[in-house]
Amino acid sequence: MNPATAGLLQIALLLVALALSYRPLGSYLARVYDSPVHNRAERVVYRICGVDPEAQQRWTGYATGVLCLFGVSAFLLYALQRAQGVLPGGQGRPAVPPDTAFTTAIGYATNTDWQSQPPEVTTGNTLLLAGLTVQNFLSAAVGVAVAVALVRGLARERTDRIGNVWVDVTRGVVRVFLPLAFLGAVVLLVGGVVMSFAGPVVVTALDGAQHRVPLAPVAAIESVKLLGSNGGGLYGANSAHPFENPSALTNLVQVYLMLLVPVALLRTFGVMVGDHRQSRPLVSVVAVVAAAVLCLVWAVESRVPRGAAQVAGAALEGRESRFGVFGSALFAVAATGTSTGAENAAHNTFGGLAVAGLLVNMVLGEIAPGGVGNGLHALLVVALLAVFLASLMVGRTPEYLGKKIGRVELSAVSVAVLTMPLLVLTGTAAALALPTTRDALAEDGPAGVTAVLYTYASAANNNGGAFGGLDVGGGYVQVTVGLVMAFGRFLPALAVLRLAGAFAEQGRSPVTAGTLPTTGPLFGALLAGVAVLVAALTFLPALALGPLAGALG
Amino acid sequence: MNTDVRPHTPPGTAITAGQVLGAVPDAVRRLDPRSAVRRPVMFVVWVASVLVTVLVALAPNVFGVLVTAWLWLTVFFANLAEAVAERRGRAQADAMRRSRTETVARRVSPDVEEVPPAGSGDRVPAGDLVPGDLVVVGPGEVVPGDGEILSGLASVDESAITGESTPVVREAGGDRSSVTGGTTVLSDSLLVRITAAPGQSVVDRMIRLVEGARRQPTPNEVAITVLLATLSVLLVAAVTALQPIAAYSGARQPVLVLVALAVCLLPTTVGALLPAVGIAGMNRLVRRNVLATSGRAVEAAGDVATLLLDKTGTITFGNRMATELVPVDGVGVERLAAAARLASLADPTPEGRSVVELCAREHGLSADTTSDERAAVRVPFTARTRMSGLDLPSGAVDQPVLIRKGAAAEVVQWVRDRGGHPPAGLPGIVDAVARQGGTPLVCARAEGGHAEILGVVRLADVVKPHMPARFAELRRMGVRTVMITGDNPVTAAAIAEQAGVDDHLAEATPEDKMRLIREERRGGRLVAMAGDGTNDAPALAAADVGLAMNSGTTAAKEAGNLVDLDSDPSKLIAVIGVGKQLLITRGALTTFSIANDLAKYFAILPAMFTAVHPGLGALNVMGLASANSAVLSAVVFNALVIVALIPLALHGVRYRPLGAATLLRRNLLLFGVGGLVAPFLGIWALDLAVRHLPGLG
Repeated sequence: MNPATAGLLQIALLLVALALSYRPLGSYLARVYDSPVHNRAERVVYRICGVDPEAQQRWTGYATGVLCLFGVSAFLLYALQRAQGVLPGGQGRPAVPPDTAFTTAIGYATNTDWQSQPPEVTTGNTLLLAGLTVQNFLSAAVGVAVAVALVRGLARERTDRIGNVWVDVTRGVVRVFLPLAFLGAVVLLVGGVVMSFAGPVVVTALDGAQHRVPLAPVAAIESVKLLGSNGGGLYGANSAHPFENPSALTNLVQVYLMLLVPVALLRTFGVMVGDHRQSRPLVSVVAVVAAAVLCLVWAVESRVPRGAAQVAGAALEGRESRFGVFGSALFAVAATGTSTGAENAAHNTFGGLAVAGLLVNMVLGEIAPGGVGNGLHALLVVALLAVFLASLMVGRTPEYLGKKIGRVELSAVSVAVLTMPLLVLTGTAAALALPTTRDALAEDGPAGVTAVLYTYASAANNNGGAFGGLDVGGGYVQVTVGLVMAFGRFLPALAVLRLAGAFAEQGRSPVTAGTLPTTGPLFGALLAGVAVLVAALTFLPALALGPLAGALG
Repeated sequence: MNTDVRPHTPPGTAITAGQVLGAVPDAVRRLDPRSAVRRPVMFVVWVASVLVTVLVALAPNVFGVLVTAWLWLTVFFANLAEAVAERRGRAQADAMRRSRTETVARRVSPDVEEVPPAGSGDRVPAGDLVPGDLVVVGPGEVVPGDGEILSGLASVDESAITGESTPVVREAGGDRSSVTGGTTVLSDSLLVRITAAPGQSVVDRMIRLVEGARRQPTPNEVAITVLLATLSVLLVAAVTALQPIAAYSGARQPVLVLVALAVCLLPTTVGALLPAVGIAGMNRLVRRNVLATSGRAVEAAGDVATLLLDKTGTITFGNRMATELVPVDGVGVERLAAAARLASLADPTPEGRSVVELCAREHGLSADTTSDERAAVRVPFTARTRMSGLDLPSGAVDQPVLIRKGAAAEVVQWVRDRGGHPPAGLPGIVDAVARQGGTPLVCARAEGGHAEILGVVRLADVVKPHMPARFAELRRMGVRTVMITGDNPVTAAAIAEQAGVDDHLAEATPEDKMRLIREERRGGRLVAMAGDGTNDAPALAAADVGLAMNSGTTAAKEAGNLVDLDSDPSKLIAVIGVGKQLLITRGALTTFSIANDLAKYFAILPAMFTAVHPGLGALNVMGLASANSAVLSAVVFNALVIVALIPLALHGVRYRPLGAATLLRRNLLLFGVGGLVAPFLGIWALDLAVRHLPGLG
C-alpha cells in the first residue's frame, strides 16, 4: 500500500471511530454533569472532603475551588518530588531538584505535563502513581468542569449559581476519566503496550551496547495521558518509545484517545443548552482547522528529498519507521490541536512549514479541538467574539443563545483572549533578549526563534510538548515556563467562570427572524475566520521570523 | 407622513464641501490632548504621532517627515469625521436652542389660577425659569419652556420644532395640554406651568446627544470600545515583542517603522468613525422629526422584538367609514341607498358623512341636502334611542315618512313597535358584517303604519393601505406586531387579520397594556410602543422604546424616551430601522477595520525583514517597491480609508428589512471579505505613486 492510501485509510478509520463515539459519549457527558444523583463512590468522596454536594456555587465560589485545587495539587506534587529520596517506592531515585520540581508540579497541576527531565530517570513509582497520575485525572476533570460551568451559565436563566466545582470534578474523575481510561488501557494492552511493575529489561541496541530500559504500568497511564490531554509519558521519548506506542495500530488508537473527549464535549454543549444544532458550527470549525493543518504538515512532510538525502532516509529523520510520515504527521497535529503535547516524533526535525503548522495549531488557542474542557471554552470564547461582530452586522446588539454580550461579558472575553498571546509574546521576546537564554539555544537565527516560540506557546496553551533546540534546564526558563503555564491555565479559566456567572444571571431573549443564526455553515465560517485572523494578527511577525524565515530562507 | 422603513438619504442631506471645510477648524482644535483622550484608539495614535515627531525632529529625513505627516493626518481625519457629524447635527439643534435662550418669559405668582390679562407678570429670561414657575404667554409670544397648560386655549405655531406650518390647538386639561419651548402662540393667552428645568427640556437632551464632547457613550459603544481596546493591546504587544525577536534575528528595526506598523494595525478606522456614527444616527432621527432623549433607546430600537401599535389612527384611519350596503331579500339596493342617505343627512359625524359619500359615489345620489330635506325633522342620535334619522314630510300631514338607522336591536324593536316584522335574513347579514370586523347599522323605513327593514349599512375600520406591507417587512426583520384596540374581540380579530398583524389585544385597558408589556419583557422581548395620553405614561416608561407624541401630555413625553414631533405613531417602524442601521454601521466598520490588518502585515513584514531573510520577500505579494515605500503606502492607506468611509459613517450602511441570515451573508461579504481585499489593492496602488518620491523608490 502506498503511503497516501495508508494515510487516507487511517483518516477514514479515525473519522468513523470519532463519529461513532460522538453522540453517545457527548450525551453521556451531558447526563453526567446535569444529573441530580450522586453515586456511592462520589458520596464517599464528598464525606471525606466535607463537601455538601447539593450546594450550588456562585462563579466566585467555583473559581476559588478551582484555584484551591490547583494550589493544593501543585504543593503536594512539589513535596512528593522533593521527598522522593526518603519515600518508599522511589526505586532508588533521588529527590528532584527544586527548579525542575517547581515546573513539573505546575506542569502536571495545570494539565500541561511539562517534563524537562526524562521521566524514566527522575520518577519512581510512588511519585508516578500517587502524584503525576492523580493529577492526570484531576487536572483533566478540572478542565472539563470549567467548560461545563460556562455551558451551564449559557443554559441557565436568572440565577447566580453555576454548579458545584467539587461535584463536577469528582464526577469527571469517577464517571468519565476512570472508566474511559480503563477501557483505553485494555485496548492499548491488547495492542502490545507494556504494563508491569517488574525491574528493568536489558536490551542490546544496534550499536552493540547494552541498555537497561525500566518497566512501569505503562498501558494504564498511557491511556489517561492521552484521554485527559495530559501528554506526560513514562519515557523521555514519549509516544515514540516502543513500550508506550508499539505499532501503527496503537498509534492510531492513541490519536483517537486524544480526540475522543474534546470532540464529544462539543456535542455535550449542544445537549446542555437544549439545542444540539448549536454544536454544528463548532464541530465544523474543529474539522476544517484540523484538516487544514494536517494537510499542510502532511504535504510538507511527504515531500521526498531527491538524491543522496533520500538514500540516507532524510524524510524519516526524527520519525519512527513504525508510524511512517503520515502516522507522525497525524499524531503531531492531534497532539498540538488537543494541547496534549504527546509526541511520537521529534518536532524539531519537521520541515519549516510543518513546524509553522504545528505552532499555528497551538497559537490558535486550543480550538482544533483543544484540550479536554479547555478546547470547548476556548471555542465558545471565539464564538462570542464572532457573535459580537456578526450580531451588529444584522442590526442587533450582540447576543449568543439569547444572552447579551455587554461590557462585563466582553471584558471577560478580552481576558480569555488576551492571556495566551501576551504570555507567549512576552515570554519569547524576553527569552530572546536575555543573554543566558540565547546561550541555551542550540541554533541561532530562525531555528532559535522557533525553538523559543514553541516552548512558550506550548507552556501557555498547557500543551507540554517540547521542541528540541532549547535547553530548558537553566533556572530562568524553568521558572518562567512554570509561571506561563500557571497564568495560561488560570487567567482564562477565571475569565470563563466570570462569563458563566454573568450569563447565568441574565434572562434569555427569544429567537426571532432578526436573531443572528448561530447554527449554520456561514456562522461556522465566520468563527473559523475570526479565530484565524486573531491568531494571524498576533503571531504573524513572530512566525515570520521563526519557522517562515526558516522555510522560505 | 413618512413611514418608510428604509432610512434612505432624503434629498439635501449629502455632505457638502461647506460642511467639511467648516468643520476643519473644529477638527484642528480637537488635536488638543484633553479632547483627544476621549477617543482611546485615536489617542494612542496621537501619542504615537507626538513620539515620531520628536524622533524625526532629531534626525530629519524625507521618509520620516512623510510618515509623521500622515500619522498626524490620521488623527486629523478622525477629528474631521466627528466634527462634520456634529456640525450637521448642530444645525437644527442650534436653531432650537437660539429660540430658547433669547426668549423673555412673563412670570406670574404661583397662586394664579386663571389666565391673567395680556402684558402682566415679571419679565425674566427663559433660562432662569425653574420647574413649577407659572408664566403667561400671549398672542405672538414664544413659549419660554416645556410646560403644561393650566388654563386657557390657544392656537400654537409649532413650526420651529416640527416644520409643520399649520397651527395646532392647545388647551388646558385632556391630552393636548402640553406646550414645547420655542413654539409660538398665535391667538389668545395661556397660563403655563413650566415642567422642565433649564437644560433639561426634550430639545436640550437631544442637543446633548449630537454634541461629541457632552455625549455619554451608549452601552453598545462601551462594549465596542472594550473590544477595540483588547485588539489594541494585542496588536501593540505583537509589535513591541517584535523588536527583541527582530534584534535577535539581526534585524533591529527603527522605532519609526515599528510605530508606523503599530498605527496601521490599530483599529483606527472604526476608532475614528465610531463617534461620528453615533452622532449621525441621532441626526437621522432628527431629520425624521424624532427627538431622542437617550442614545440607549435608539440602540434598543434595533433589538425590538415586539411592537405595540394602537389600532385607531395608526393601523386604521381613525374613523369608521361606510364601505358597503347590504339590502335584505326583496329590497333593491337603490331603495336602501336612498333611505341610508336620508337617515344620514342629519348625522354630522364622520360616520354619517361617509354614508352620504358612499351613496353619492356608488349609487349616484346627491351628496347635498335639498331644501325639502332641510325642512325635515332631524332625529339626532341619543344614547337612549341609539339611532338617528329623519322625519320627512309627505302628502299626509300627520303621516311623515320616518327613516331610521342604528344598532340592530334598537331598530328591530322600533320596527316591531310600528307593526312591522324584521325579515328572516337580517340576523345573518348583521352577524356576517360583525364577523368581518365591521359595525352593522340597520336601516329602516316607516310610512303610514307600515314599517320595514331595508338592509344594513356596513361601517368598517379601514386599514391604511400601506400598513400590511409594513407588517410583513417587520416580520422579516423579526419584529412581532401586536395591535391594541378597545374593540370587541370579534371586530378586533377581523381588523387584525386585514392588517396582517401577528397578534392583537382586544378591549384593552391601560392596565392590560401594562400587563402585556411586562409579559413580553419577562420573556426577554424588547417592546416598543407609542402613546400620547397621561394614562399611557406608565406603559411608555415600562417599554424599552417609548415613542411619545408631541401632541400628547407632558406626562407622556416625560415617560417616553423618544418624542415624535409629527405625532405619528407608525413612525416607530422607521425608528426601528434607524436603530438597526446604527448597529449595522458600527458592526460593518469594526469588521472592516479588523479585516484590513492582514494586508498591512503583508506590506510591512517583508519590508522589515527581507534584508536578513530574503526568503520573506515571498510575502511581498503586492510587489511593493521598497521597504520605505511599503511602510509609507500602508500608513497613507490607513489614513485615507478613514476619509473614504466618512460618508458611510454619516449616512449609515444601506439597510433593507431582511432576515438576519441574509443580512449577515451580505454584510460579511461586503465588509469582511471586502475588508480583507481592499487594502491589498489600495496599498498596491498607492505604492505605484509613492515609489516615485525621492528616497523612497
